[in-house]
Amino acid sequence: MGIVLEQSDIDRSLKRISHEIIERNHGIEDVILLGIPTRGVTLARRIGAFLEAIDSLIPVGTLDITLHRDDLRLKAPKPLVGTHIPSGGISGKHVVLVDDVLYSGRTIRAALDAISELGRPATVQLAVLVDRGHRQLPIRPDYVGKNIPTNSHELVKVQLQEVDGIDQVEILSS
Amino acid sequence: MDTVASQRHLLSAKDLSLSQILEILDTARELGRITDGPMKKLPTLRGQTVVNLFFEDSTRTRLSFESAAKRLSADVINFSAKGSSVSKGEGLKDTAQTLEAMGADLIVIRHSAAGAAQRLAESGWVSSSIVNAGDGTHEHPTQALLDAYTIRTHFPECENSFSGLHIGIVGDILHSRVARSNVLLLVTLGAKVTLIAPPTLMPVGVESWPVDISYDLDDALTSLDAIMMLRIQSERMSELFFPSEREYARDYGLGNLRLNLLKEKAIIMHPGPMNRGMEISAASADNRKSAILEQVRNGILVRMSVLYLLLGGNPIPVEGVLV
Repeated sequence: MGIVLEQSDIDRSLKRISHEIIERNHGIEDVILLGIPTRGVTLARRIGAFLEAIDSLIPVGTLDITLHRDDLRLKAPKPLVGTHIPSGGISGKHVVLVDDVLYSGRTIRAALDAISELGRPATVQLAVLVDRGHRQLPIRPDYVGKNIPTNSHELVKVQLQEVDGIDQVEILSS
Repeated sequence: MDTVASQRHLLSAKDLSLSQILEILDTARELGRITDGPMKKLPTLRGQTVVNLFFEDSTRTRLSFESAAKRLSADVINFSAKGSSVSKGEGLKDTAQTLEAMGADLIVIRHSAAGAAQRLAESGWVSSSIVNAGDGTHEHPTQALLDAYTIRTHFPECENSFSGLHIGIVGDILHSRVARSNVLLLVTLGAKVTLIAPPTLMPVGVESWPVDISYDLDDALTSLDAIMMLRIQSERMSELFFPSEREYARDYGLGNLRLNLLKEKAIIMHPGPMNRGMEISAASADNRKSAILEQVRNGILVRMSVLYLLLGGNPIPVEGVLV
Protein backbone atom coordinates (compact mmCIF):
# COMPACT_ATOMS: atom_id res chain seq x y z
CA MET A 1 0.00 0.00 0.00
CA GLY A 2 2.97 2.29 0.52
CA ILE A 3 2.88 5.67 2.18
CA VAL A 4 -0.43 6.54 3.83
CA LEU A 5 0.49 9.73 5.71
CA GLU A 6 3.02 12.36 4.75
CA GLN A 7 4.50 15.13 6.80
CA SER A 8 1.69 17.60 6.07
CA ASP A 9 -0.96 14.95 6.91
CA ILE A 10 0.70 14.13 10.23
CA ASP A 11 0.92 17.85 11.02
CA ARG A 12 -2.76 18.45 10.26
CA SER A 13 -3.85 15.39 12.26
CA LEU A 14 -1.94 16.44 15.34
CA LYS A 15 -3.25 20.01 15.08
CA ARG A 16 -6.82 18.72 14.83
CA ILE A 17 -6.27 16.35 17.79
CA SER A 18 -4.97 19.33 19.79
CA HIS A 19 -8.17 21.26 19.08
CA GLU A 20 -10.28 18.23 19.97
CA ILE A 21 -8.48 17.86 23.30
CA ILE A 22 -9.29 21.48 24.17
CA GLU A 23 -12.89 21.09 23.06
CA ARG A 24 -13.53 17.84 24.88
CA ASN A 25 -12.03 19.03 28.17
CA HIS A 26 -13.48 22.60 28.01
CA GLY A 27 -9.99 24.08 28.08
CA ILE A 28 -6.78 22.38 29.12
CA GLU A 29 -6.27 23.63 32.64
CA ASP A 30 -6.08 20.17 34.24
CA VAL A 31 -4.89 18.23 31.20
CA ILE A 32 -1.54 16.44 31.12
CA LEU A 33 -0.05 14.45 28.24
CA LEU A 34 1.76 11.16 28.78
CA GLY A 35 3.64 9.77 25.80
CA ILE A 36 4.38 6.05 25.52
CA PRO A 37 7.99 5.47 24.37
CA THR A 38 9.41 5.74 21.87
CA ARG A 39 7.35 7.58 19.26
CA GLY A 40 4.40 8.31 21.53
CA VAL A 41 6.71 10.62 23.47
CA THR A 42 7.62 12.52 20.31
CA LEU A 43 3.96 12.85 19.37
CA ALA A 44 3.03 14.01 22.90
CA ARG A 45 5.69 16.74 22.71
CA ARG A 46 4.35 17.90 19.34
CA ILE A 47 0.77 18.00 20.59
CA GLY A 48 2.06 19.86 23.65
CA ALA A 49 3.68 22.44 21.35
CA PHE A 50 0.43 22.88 19.38
CA LEU A 51 -1.57 23.26 22.59
CA GLU A 52 0.86 25.89 23.81
CA ALA A 53 0.50 27.81 20.56
CA ILE A 54 -3.29 27.60 20.61
CA ASP A 55 -3.97 27.89 24.33
CA SER A 56 -1.36 27.45 27.05
CA LEU A 57 1.60 25.36 28.24
CA ILE A 58 0.68 22.03 29.84
CA PRO A 59 2.83 19.28 31.41
CA VAL A 60 4.13 16.53 29.11
CA GLY A 61 5.52 13.32 30.64
CA THR A 62 6.50 9.84 29.56
CA LEU A 63 5.18 6.48 30.68
CA ASP A 64 7.34 3.39 30.08
CA ILE A 65 5.03 0.40 30.21
CA THR A 66 7.68 -2.31 29.75
CA LEU A 67 7.47 -3.49 33.36
CA HIS A 68 3.68 -3.76 33.18
CA ARG A 69 3.46 -5.89 30.05
CA ASP A 70 1.83 -9.32 30.25
CA ASP A 71 4.06 -10.90 27.61
CA LEU A 72 7.36 -10.76 29.49
CA ARG A 73 8.10 -14.43 28.88
CA LEU A 74 7.32 -14.21 25.19
CA LYS A 75 9.60 -11.38 24.16
CA ALA A 76 13.11 -10.44 25.14
CA PRO A 77 13.10 -7.62 27.69
CA LYS A 78 13.46 -4.21 26.12
CA PRO A 79 15.81 -1.66 27.63
CA LEU A 80 13.92 0.56 30.04
CA VAL A 81 13.67 4.10 28.74
CA GLY A 82 12.24 5.77 31.76
CA THR A 83 9.03 7.11 33.20
CA HIS A 84 8.86 10.83 33.88
CA ILE A 85 5.70 11.97 35.60
CA PRO A 86 5.20 15.77 35.73
CA SER A 87 5.80 17.15 39.22
CA GLY A 88 2.13 17.83 39.91
CA GLY A 89 1.36 14.10 39.66
CA ILE A 90 -1.67 12.69 37.87
CA SER A 91 -4.32 12.54 40.58
CA GLY A 92 -7.40 14.56 39.68
CA LYS A 93 -5.98 15.39 36.25
CA HIS A 94 -7.28 14.62 32.79
CA VAL A 95 -4.56 12.33 31.48
CA VAL A 96 -4.21 12.00 27.72
CA LEU A 97 -2.13 8.96 26.76
CA VAL A 98 -0.37 9.37 23.43
CA ASP A 99 0.90 6.53 21.26
CA ASP A 100 1.74 6.12 17.59
CA VAL A 101 -0.26 3.02 16.58
CA LEU A 102 -3.25 1.41 18.28
CA TYR A 103 -3.38 -2.29 17.46
CA SER A 104 -4.17 -5.10 19.94
CA GLY A 105 -4.76 -2.67 22.81
CA ARG A 106 -2.37 -4.54 25.11
CA THR A 107 0.07 -1.66 25.41
CA ILE A 108 -2.77 0.58 26.52
CA ARG A 109 -3.97 -2.02 29.01
CA ALA A 110 -0.46 -2.06 30.50
CA ALA A 111 -0.45 1.75 30.53
CA LEU A 112 -3.77 1.81 32.40
CA ASP A 113 -2.29 -0.56 34.99
CA ALA A 114 0.74 1.67 35.40
CA ILE A 115 -1.46 4.75 35.73
CA SER A 116 -3.59 3.16 38.45
CA GLU A 117 -0.44 2.70 40.52
CA LEU A 118 0.62 6.30 40.02
CA GLY A 119 -2.59 7.90 41.23
CA ARG A 120 -6.25 8.43 40.46
CA PRO A 121 -6.78 10.69 37.44
CA ALA A 122 -10.17 12.34 36.83
CA THR A 123 -10.22 10.81 33.35
CA VAL A 124 -7.84 8.87 31.12
CA GLN A 125 -8.12 9.55 27.40
CA LEU A 126 -6.27 8.06 24.48
CA ALA A 127 -4.80 9.80 21.44
CA VAL A 128 -3.17 7.80 18.63
CA LEU A 129 -1.78 8.78 15.26
CA VAL A 130 -2.98 5.58 13.58
CA ASP A 131 -5.76 3.17 14.54
CA ARG A 132 -5.19 0.00 12.53
CA GLY A 133 -7.91 -2.18 14.11
CA HIS A 134 -7.59 -5.80 15.30
CA ARG A 135 -8.28 -5.08 18.96
CA GLN A 136 -7.89 -7.96 21.39
CA LEU A 137 -9.27 -5.98 24.35
CA PRO A 138 -12.23 -3.65 24.84
CA ILE A 139 -10.22 -0.45 24.35
CA ARG A 140 -11.03 2.47 22.05
CA PRO A 141 -9.23 5.72 21.24
CA ASP A 142 -10.69 9.19 21.95
CA TYR A 143 -8.58 11.00 19.38
CA VAL A 144 -7.44 9.39 16.12
CA GLY A 145 -5.11 10.83 13.48
CA LYS A 146 -6.23 8.36 10.85
CA ASN A 147 -8.13 5.09 10.78
CA ILE A 148 -6.28 2.67 8.54
CA PRO A 149 -7.91 -0.72 8.02
CA THR A 150 -5.14 -3.32 7.75
CA ASN A 151 -4.58 -7.02 7.49
CA SER A 152 -2.90 -8.53 10.51
CA HIS A 153 0.10 -9.63 8.42
CA GLU A 154 0.77 -6.05 7.36
CA LEU A 155 3.13 -3.80 9.26
CA VAL A 156 2.40 -0.14 10.02
CA LYS A 157 5.67 1.76 10.10
CA VAL A 158 5.58 5.18 11.72
CA GLN A 159 8.62 7.39 11.24
CA LEU A 160 9.04 10.77 12.90
CA GLN A 161 11.59 13.49 12.25
CA GLU A 162 13.00 13.58 15.80
CA VAL A 163 13.63 9.82 15.92
CA ASP A 164 13.94 8.65 12.32
CA GLY A 165 14.86 11.81 10.41
CA ILE A 166 11.66 11.79 8.34
CA ASP A 167 7.92 12.24 8.91
CA GLN A 168 5.82 9.52 7.30
CA VAL A 169 3.58 6.53 7.92
CA GLU A 170 3.72 3.59 5.55
CA ILE A 171 2.21 0.14 5.32
CA LEU A 172 4.50 -2.75 4.53
CA SER A 173 3.33 -6.24 3.79
CA SER A 174 5.49 -8.83 5.43
CA MET B 1 22.24 -11.65 20.46
CA ASP B 2 24.47 -10.28 23.16
CA THR B 3 21.85 -9.57 25.80
CA VAL B 4 21.36 -11.00 29.26
CA ALA B 5 18.14 -12.65 28.11
CA SER B 6 20.14 -14.80 25.71
CA GLN B 7 21.49 -16.60 28.77
CA ARG B 8 19.35 -18.81 30.95
CA HIS B 9 21.50 -18.63 34.05
CA LEU B 10 23.87 -16.36 35.93
CA LEU B 11 26.61 -18.64 37.22
CA SER B 12 29.83 -16.71 36.92
CA ALA B 13 30.95 -13.14 36.37
CA LYS B 14 33.17 -14.41 33.55
CA ASP B 15 30.09 -15.33 31.48
CA LEU B 16 29.08 -11.68 31.23
CA SER B 17 30.27 -9.49 28.35
CA LEU B 18 30.81 -5.76 28.77
CA SER B 19 27.51 -4.94 27.06
CA GLN B 20 25.63 -7.44 29.25
CA ILE B 21 27.13 -5.94 32.38
CA LEU B 22 26.12 -2.45 31.26
CA GLU B 23 22.63 -3.75 30.40
CA ILE B 24 22.23 -5.10 33.95
CA LEU B 25 23.56 -1.90 35.53
CA ASP B 26 21.44 0.41 33.33
CA THR B 27 18.31 -1.64 34.03
CA ALA B 28 19.07 -1.58 37.76
CA ARG B 29 19.40 2.20 37.68
CA GLU B 30 16.09 2.60 35.88
CA LEU B 31 14.39 0.19 38.30
CA GLY B 32 15.81 2.29 41.12
CA ARG B 33 14.41 5.46 39.64
CA ILE B 34 10.96 3.91 39.29
CA THR B 35 10.76 2.22 42.69
CA ASP B 36 12.21 5.20 44.58
CA GLY B 37 9.50 7.27 42.97
CA PRO B 38 5.81 6.67 42.70
CA MET B 39 5.75 2.90 42.09
CA LYS B 40 7.11 0.97 45.06
CA LYS B 41 6.07 -2.35 43.66
CA LEU B 42 5.95 -3.48 40.05
CA PRO B 43 3.75 -6.25 38.61
CA THR B 44 6.46 -7.44 36.24
CA LEU B 45 7.04 -10.97 37.58
CA ARG B 46 3.51 -11.66 38.77
CA GLY B 47 2.77 -15.38 38.80
CA GLN B 48 6.43 -16.43 38.69
CA THR B 49 8.08 -18.29 41.53
CA VAL B 50 11.58 -17.57 42.79
CA VAL B 51 13.11 -20.12 45.15
CA ASN B 52 15.92 -19.16 47.50
CA LEU B 53 17.81 -22.41 47.97
CA PHE B 54 20.36 -21.77 50.71
CA PHE B 55 22.62 -24.59 51.85
CA GLU B 56 24.84 -22.13 53.67
CA ASP B 57 24.02 -19.45 56.21
CA SER B 58 23.23 -16.06 54.80
CA THR B 59 21.17 -13.17 55.98
CA ARG B 60 21.80 -10.24 53.70
CA THR B 61 22.02 -12.06 50.38
CA ARG B 62 18.84 -14.03 51.01
CA LEU B 63 16.96 -10.95 52.23
CA SER B 64 18.23 -8.98 49.28
CA PHE B 65 17.04 -11.58 46.74
CA GLU B 66 13.75 -11.96 48.57
CA SER B 67 13.18 -8.23 48.65
CA ALA B 68 14.11 -7.90 44.95
CA ALA B 69 11.72 -10.68 43.92
CA LYS B 70 8.88 -9.26 46.01
CA ARG B 71 9.27 -5.75 44.60
CA LEU B 72 8.70 -7.31 41.18
CA SER B 73 5.63 -9.22 42.50
CA ALA B 74 7.15 -12.70 42.17
CA ASP B 75 6.22 -15.38 44.68
CA VAL B 76 9.13 -16.30 46.91
CA ILE B 77 9.85 -19.63 48.57
CA ASN B 78 12.72 -19.74 51.04
CA PHE B 79 14.49 -23.00 51.57
CA SER B 80 17.35 -23.23 54.01
CA ALA B 81 19.17 -26.47 54.59
CA LYS B 82 19.13 -26.20 58.36
CA GLY B 83 16.17 -28.01 59.84
CA SER B 84 15.11 -29.29 56.42
CA SER B 85 15.12 -32.57 54.56
CA VAL B 86 18.77 -31.91 53.75
CA SER B 87 19.70 -32.53 57.37
CA LYS B 88 17.95 -35.88 56.93
CA GLY B 89 20.41 -36.73 54.17
CA GLU B 90 18.63 -35.60 51.02
CA GLY B 91 21.02 -34.76 48.18
CA LEU B 92 21.08 -31.73 45.89
CA LYS B 93 19.39 -33.64 43.09
CA ASP B 94 16.34 -34.69 45.07
CA THR B 95 15.98 -31.29 46.70
CA ALA B 96 16.19 -29.55 43.34
CA GLN B 97 13.69 -31.87 41.69
CA THR B 98 11.26 -31.38 44.53
CA LEU B 99 11.46 -27.61 44.05
CA GLU B 100 11.05 -28.07 40.30
CA ALA B 101 7.90 -30.06 40.90
CA MET B 102 6.62 -27.20 43.03
CA GLY B 103 6.92 -24.92 39.99
CA ALA B 104 10.07 -22.87 40.49
CA ASP B 105 10.79 -20.51 37.59
CA LEU B 106 14.12 -19.39 38.97
CA ILE B 107 16.35 -20.86 41.67
CA VAL B 108 18.79 -18.73 43.62
CA ILE B 109 21.33 -21.12 45.08
CA ARG B 110 24.01 -20.75 47.72
CA HIS B 111 26.13 -23.76 48.55
CA SER B 112 29.40 -24.40 50.34
CA ALA B 113 30.75 -26.42 47.40
CA ALA B 114 32.36 -24.63 44.46
CA GLY B 115 30.50 -25.41 41.24
CA ALA B 116 27.19 -26.31 42.90
CA ALA B 117 25.24 -23.74 40.86
CA GLN B 118 26.83 -24.92 37.63
CA ARG B 119 26.10 -28.56 38.48
CA LEU B 120 22.45 -27.68 39.03
CA ALA B 121 22.27 -25.70 35.79
CA GLU B 122 23.93 -28.33 33.62
CA SER B 123 22.52 -31.46 35.23
CA GLY B 124 19.17 -31.37 33.47
CA TRP B 125 17.50 -31.96 36.85
CA VAL B 126 15.56 -28.74 36.61
CA SER B 127 14.33 -26.46 33.84
CA SER B 128 14.40 -23.28 35.94
CA SER B 129 16.90 -20.48 35.54
CA ILE B 130 19.72 -20.66 38.08
CA VAL B 131 21.39 -17.73 39.81
CA ASN B 132 24.59 -18.38 41.72
CA ALA B 133 24.41 -16.61 45.08
CA GLY B 134 27.77 -17.91 46.24
CA ASP B 135 29.35 -21.33 45.75
CA GLY B 136 32.05 -22.04 48.30
CA THR B 137 35.15 -19.95 47.71
CA HIS B 138 34.45 -19.80 43.98
CA GLU B 139 32.07 -17.02 42.84
CA HIS B 140 29.33 -14.62 43.86
CA PRO B 141 28.46 -12.72 40.68
CA THR B 142 25.58 -10.56 41.94
CA GLN B 143 27.85 -9.18 44.68
CA ALA B 144 30.33 -8.11 42.00
CA LEU B 145 27.52 -6.51 40.01
CA LEU B 146 26.29 -4.50 42.98
CA ASP B 147 29.86 -3.42 43.73
CA ALA B 148 30.27 -2.24 40.13
CA TYR B 149 26.92 -0.44 40.37
CA THR B 150 28.07 1.30 43.54
CA ILE B 151 31.40 2.37 42.00
CA ARG B 152 29.56 3.65 38.94
CA THR B 153 27.29 5.92 40.97
CA HIS B 154 30.37 7.56 42.52
CA PHE B 155 32.28 7.99 39.26
CA PRO B 156 29.67 9.03 36.70
CA GLU B 157 32.42 9.94 34.22
CA CYS B 158 33.24 6.19 34.09
CA GLU B 159 29.72 5.18 33.12
CA ASN B 160 30.61 2.91 30.21
CA SER B 161 34.14 1.94 31.10
CA PHE B 162 36.11 1.78 34.32
CA SER B 163 39.41 2.45 32.55
CA GLY B 164 41.33 4.96 34.62
CA LEU B 165 39.87 3.65 37.88
CA HIS B 166 42.13 1.84 40.32
CA ILE B 167 40.34 -0.61 42.62
CA GLY B 168 42.04 -2.31 45.55
CA ILE B 169 40.74 -5.57 47.02
CA VAL B 170 42.24 -6.15 50.43
CA GLY B 171 42.37 -9.11 52.78
CA ASP B 172 41.28 -12.71 52.65
CA ILE B 173 41.51 -13.19 48.87
CA LEU B 174 42.11 -16.92 49.31
CA HIS B 175 38.66 -17.69 50.70
CA SER B 176 36.79 -14.94 48.92
CA ARG B 177 34.27 -15.65 46.18
CA VAL B 178 33.54 -11.92 46.24
CA ALA B 179 37.13 -11.19 45.20
CA ARG B 180 37.06 -13.73 42.36
CA SER B 181 33.83 -12.43 40.88
CA ASN B 182 34.93 -8.84 41.33
CA VAL B 183 38.24 -9.40 39.56
CA LEU B 184 36.47 -10.97 36.58
CA LEU B 185 33.83 -8.25 36.37
CA LEU B 186 36.10 -5.25 37.02
CA VAL B 187 38.64 -6.42 34.45
CA THR B 188 35.86 -6.76 31.85
CA LEU B 189 34.83 -3.21 32.74
CA GLY B 190 38.40 -2.05 32.14
CA ALA B 191 39.45 -1.16 35.68
CA LYS B 192 42.93 -1.60 37.08
CA VAL B 193 42.69 -4.03 40.00
CA THR B 194 45.26 -4.57 42.74
CA LEU B 195 44.93 -7.45 45.19
CA ILE B 196 46.47 -6.72 48.56
CA ALA B 197 46.95 -9.46 51.16
CA PRO B 198 49.57 -11.34 53.14
CA PRO B 199 51.16 -14.11 51.03
CA THR B 200 49.34 -16.76 53.08
CA LEU B 201 45.95 -15.37 52.01
CA MET B 202 46.73 -15.17 48.28
CA PRO B 203 45.28 -18.00 46.18
CA VAL B 204 47.60 -20.41 44.39
CA GLY B 205 48.16 -19.29 40.80
CA VAL B 206 47.19 -15.68 41.45
CA GLU B 207 50.16 -14.57 39.30
CA SER B 208 48.18 -15.61 36.22
CA TRP B 209 45.18 -13.41 37.09
CA PRO B 210 44.91 -10.15 35.13
CA VAL B 211 45.65 -8.05 38.22
CA ASP B 212 48.47 -6.46 40.16
CA ILE B 213 49.53 -8.08 43.41
CA SER B 214 50.86 -6.31 46.47
CA TYR B 215 51.77 -7.42 49.96
CA ASP B 216 51.90 -3.87 51.27
CA LEU B 217 48.66 -1.96 51.78
CA ASP B 218 50.36 1.42 52.30
CA ASP B 219 52.05 1.19 48.88
CA ALA B 220 48.79 1.12 46.95
CA LEU B 221 46.56 3.07 49.32
CA THR B 222 47.05 6.60 48.01
CA SER B 223 46.30 5.74 44.38
CA LEU B 224 43.05 3.83 44.95
CA ASP B 225 39.65 5.13 43.81
CA ALA B 226 37.80 2.39 45.64
CA ILE B 227 39.02 0.10 48.36
CA MET B 228 37.16 -3.16 49.02
CA MET B 229 37.84 -4.64 52.43
CA LEU B 230 37.16 -8.38 52.65
CA ARG B 231 36.00 -10.17 55.76
CA ILE B 232 38.41 -12.58 57.40
CA GLN B 233 36.45 -15.82 56.94
CA SER B 234 37.43 -17.65 60.08
CA GLU B 235 34.76 -20.30 59.40
CA ARG B 236 36.74 -21.42 56.34
CA MET B 237 40.12 -21.31 58.10
CA SER B 238 41.28 -24.59 59.48
CA GLU B 239 44.86 -23.49 60.05
CA LEU B 240 46.69 -20.37 61.05
CA PHE B 241 47.12 -17.85 58.21
CA PHE B 242 48.55 -14.93 60.20
CA PRO B 243 50.19 -14.59 63.62
CA SER B 244 47.48 -12.67 65.46
CA GLU B 245 44.38 -10.62 64.85
CA ARG B 246 46.11 -7.54 66.11
CA GLU B 247 49.00 -7.99 63.72
CA TYR B 248 46.60 -8.51 60.80
CA ALA B 249 44.65 -5.38 61.70
CA ARG B 250 47.88 -3.38 61.89
CA ASP B 251 49.23 -4.56 58.54
CA TYR B 252 46.09 -5.02 56.45
CA GLY B 253 43.23 -3.34 58.30
CA LEU B 254 41.72 -0.04 57.19
CA GLY B 255 42.42 1.84 60.40
CA ASN B 256 42.13 5.49 61.24
CA LEU B 257 45.62 6.47 60.05
CA ARG B 258 45.13 4.86 56.64
CA LEU B 259 41.69 6.45 56.37
CA ASN B 260 43.33 9.88 56.15
CA LEU B 261 45.65 8.77 53.34
CA LEU B 262 42.82 7.85 50.97
CA LYS B 263 42.11 10.08 47.97
CA GLU B 264 39.50 12.78 48.48
CA LYS B 265 36.96 11.07 46.19
CA ALA B 266 37.83 7.48 47.11
CA ILE B 267 35.13 5.18 48.47
CA ILE B 268 35.31 2.43 51.09
CA MET B 269 33.45 -0.80 50.39
CA HIS B 270 32.80 -4.02 52.30
CA PRO B 271 30.56 -6.93 51.28
CA GLY B 272 29.52 -7.50 54.88
CA PRO B 273 29.23 -8.75 57.50
CA MET B 274 32.06 -6.66 58.95
CA ASN B 275 34.48 -7.57 61.72
CA ARG B 276 34.86 -4.09 63.13
CA GLY B 277 38.33 -3.55 64.55
CA MET B 278 39.72 -6.39 62.44
CA GLU B 279 39.81 -5.65 58.71
CA ILE B 280 38.06 -2.30 59.12
CA SER B 281 37.95 0.18 61.99
CA ALA B 282 34.65 1.54 63.25
CA ALA B 283 35.66 5.04 62.14
CA SER B 284 36.34 3.82 58.60
CA ALA B 285 33.08 1.90 58.39
CA ASP B 286 31.09 4.95 59.49
CA ASN B 287 33.15 7.52 57.57
CA ARG B 288 31.52 9.72 54.91
CA LYS B 289 33.64 7.89 52.34
CA SER B 290 32.02 4.61 53.29
CA ALA B 291 29.61 3.24 50.66
CA ILE B 292 28.80 0.12 52.67
CA LEU B 293 25.11 0.88 53.25
CA GLU B 294 24.71 2.01 49.64
CA GLN B 295 25.99 -1.42 48.64
CA VAL B 296 23.11 -3.02 50.52
CA ARG B 297 20.56 -0.75 48.84
CA ASN B 298 22.12 -1.23 45.42
CA GLY B 299 22.14 -5.00 45.91
CA ILE B 300 18.35 -5.09 45.77
CA LEU B 301 18.28 -3.08 42.53
CA VAL B 302 20.92 -5.17 40.81
CA ARG B 303 19.15 -8.39 41.81
CA MET B 304 15.82 -7.02 40.55
CA SER B 305 17.54 -6.30 37.27
CA VAL B 306 19.01 -9.82 37.06
CA LEU B 307 15.67 -11.49 37.86
CA TYR B 308 13.86 -9.34 35.32
CA LEU B 309 16.38 -9.88 32.54
CA LEU B 310 16.74 -13.63 33.11
CA LEU B 311 13.03 -14.35 33.40
CA GLY B 312 12.08 -12.15 30.47
CA GLY B 313 12.15 -13.64 27.00
CA ASN B 314 12.66 -17.19 28.20
CA PRO B 315 9.44 -18.89 27.27
CA ILE B 316 8.79 -22.26 28.88
CA PRO B 317 7.91 -24.80 26.21
CA VAL B 318 4.80 -26.78 27.09
CA GLU B 319 4.10 -29.70 24.76
CA GLY B 320 5.75 -27.94 21.87
CA VAL B 321 3.81 -24.68 22.11
CA LEU B 322 5.01 -21.47 23.62
CA VAL B 323 2.83 -20.30 26.45
